[in-house]
Amino acid sequence: MDKENQQKRDIILHIRRFDPERDESPHLEQYTVKVEPGMTILDGLHQIKQNQDSTLSWRFSCRMGVCGSCAMLVSGRPMLACNTQILDITDRALTLAPLPNFDIIRDLVPDLTRLFEDHVAIQPYIQGQDAEEMENPTGEFFQTPHELEKYLQFSYCIKCGCCMTACPTMATDREYLGPMALAQAYRYNTDSRDRGYESRKSVIGASHSTFNCHYAGECSNVCPKGVDPARAIQLMKRDLVLDYLKLKKRKKACRVMGIPSDVERKPSIPFPPYTVEQK
Amino acid sequence: MSNNEKMYDNRLGIIGWLGGGRWGIERYLYIIHRLAGVGVLIFFILHIFEGNLRIFGPEIWNPVMKVMEHPVFKVGELFIIIGFAFHALNGIRLILIELGWAVGKAEEPVYPYKSSLNTQRPLMVIMLLLAILLIAAGGFDLMFLGH
Ligand code: SF4
Ligand code: SF4
Ligand code: FES
Repeated sequence: MDKENQQKRDIILHIRRFDPERDESPHLEQYTVKVEPGMTILDGLHQIKQNQDSTLSWRFSCRMGVCGSCAMLVSGRPMLACNTQILDITDRALTLAPLPNFDIIRDLVPDLTRLFEDHVAIQPYIQGQDAEEMENPTGEFFQTPHELEKYLQFSYCIKCGCCMTACPTMATDREYLGPMALAQAYRYNTDSRDRGYESRKSVIGASHSTFNCHYAGECSNVCPKGVDPARAIQLMKRDLVLDYLKLKKRKKACRVMGIPSDVERKPSIPFPPYTVEQK
Repeated sequence: MSNNEKMYDNRLGIIGWLGGGRWGIERYLYIIHRLAGVGVLIFFILHIFEGNLRIFGPEIWNPVMKVMEHPVFKVGELFIIIGFAFHALNGIRLILIELGWAVGKAEEPVYPYKSSLNTQRPLMVIMLLLAILLIAAGGFDLMFLGH
């Protein structure tokens, strides 16, 4: 017991709070949490909500760096609360604030409507060469490992918004599409199965878009998934320039691998037996 | 808007644009690039204006040239050299990057993540060294050769 307590430390969390019903603007409030090694910021927030202040609000879901909902500003840097251990960044105090560049709904909860609208705007889905094949597939699209590598890195994005918070263009330009959406546009454009470049072009080639990025590189610095949106955006600039100069290579047709007829399909995994008796 | 409640506008604006803090070096270069660009542009406008004073004849031209010999303008000139050298060489770096030449290919993200920032860093170092060289040469010329 003593040993356990020895490992615990008192850490002060300054949390930026805002209640739309009472406050005109956000203010800082101070909480002290008992932190043991391995505890994440998300754990700290739960501790406060459980023991000190049940009105504290924040967003989270998966608590393992997959869903992207718990992004917040940790001592001035956007991070995932569930993916960051408190003792890794401080042994005294830290500040938590909602992601800037988004409106605050309440406490640490930003309004991410903009993020999702931007994502929708770049048509984030495969637009196949053959509409009929997309609707009623007769087999699988063929893709080489090399073709996969071209976009795989950018497909790890979890739409957390950290990059949009760090981007200096985002901070001043209300209409800028932002690193997340632009990187996703590139992800789909480079997919060998996709033929959507022409219809995305009106969005990614417009103003407040690809060419408003000036490579400050902050998006790639803060991305918790190593997505490197800055790289995707610069590569997309090259595509747009080459396309303008009529030098862009045409994509090769994407083959469909029909289901082989001379083999037998493995039986599906059988449904597991019920653990509770059925009535 | 997803709900009707009052929300707080949390856009960082100009502070977010200028704000350094815990950012990487490319972020600072981004700001200096802009400031240097505006500085050099203002110099060009003033320079054209000053050069055109000639049309008013020697009564105006000569006193203005006298003022220009003041040490303040020497220091100003040094700043122009610094601004110009930095803006030009960093600009070349940005052109190369934005044409997708210095950012490398997509790669599997393995923690601790490396990004295109790491890929372009040798280029950045070379360009900054060249800029320093240019500034030193320009400064030497200005201070000791008096051009
Ligand atoms: S690119 Fe990275 S920082 Fe941006 S939304 Fe995706 S996962 Fe988050
Ligand atoms: S590289 Fe572009 S998108 Fe990324 S932070 Fe900088 S300006 Fe924004
Ligand atoms: S809670 Fe899902 S990413 Fe943090």
